[in-house]
Amino acid sequence: MVPTNYYLILSAILFGLGIVAFVFKRNVIAIFMAIELMLNAVNLAFVAFSQSFGKVDGEVFVLFVIVVAAAEATVGLGIIILTARNRRSLNVERVDLLKL
Amino acid sequence: MTGALVIFFALAALAVVGSVSLILQREPIHSALSLIVVMVALAGLYLLMGAEFVAAVQIIVYGGAIMVLFVFVIMLLNAGEEERTNFSKLATFAGIPLALAVTGFIAAAIAHSSASLPAPEPSGALTSTKTLSMLLFSDFVYPFELTSFLILVAILGAIVLAQREN
Repeated sequence: MVPTNYYLILSAILFGLGIVAFVFKRNVIAIFMAIELMLNAVNLAFVAFSQSFGKVDGEVFVLFVIVVAAAEATVGLGIIILTARNRRSLNVERVDLLKL
Repeated sequence: MTGALVIFFALAALAVVGSVSLILQREPIHSALSLIVVMVALAGLYLLMGAEFVAAVQIIVYGGAIMVLFVFVIMLLNAGEEERTNFSKLATFAGIPLALAVTGFIAAAIAHSSASLPAPEPSGALTSTKTLSMLLFSDFVYPFELTSFLILVAILGAIVLAQREN
């Protein structure tokens, strides 16, 4: 069988790659996808722990995370459509109205 | 090397390659397709661990619904190639050390603490989903109802945000 550590380290790697994508991407949709990647990494750790301890609670949390991610994607993409219409650009650095 | 380990490394490599591709691709639609690869690989890993219901939800909700929403918005906004700007110096200087520190810290903590964790094993396919649903509708019934409310609010919010004002 595959040790739990392998799953957890894969989860950490995916989370780190999510951070890199979040910081480096300039397209707001790509940044949003980086957030989804990080949520997926956390889900992997949840399922690994859940199966490792033989309890199903972790999988229930994963379901809740997926529901929250879906809600977040809906509202977030609505906001993205709105800013893209107002700013005529998807670059996050063009959204600088609050900047001095 | 057992078969499970081979499958694990294949799927893990697929997930990591997909994530790296998400970072490197310039077109948002290519990033979205890379993310779908990652999600399918993760669904395979869930199946490997015996969490078949979560794997199905992962494919249907994440790979299906959420990513279709992303692709739809990318096409709606006609998102082209990502432009490079010069004022992302902070990202270069803070981003990579931050990511390395977080990954290293988590990996070190895992390596130190969880050497004795039992391996996740498929514990009888149908019982797992049955216990999951029993738990979801008994102990977690209030959070479950709250999530339906959350989805409703999110739908209303999206409609209000995205409508064209006349």
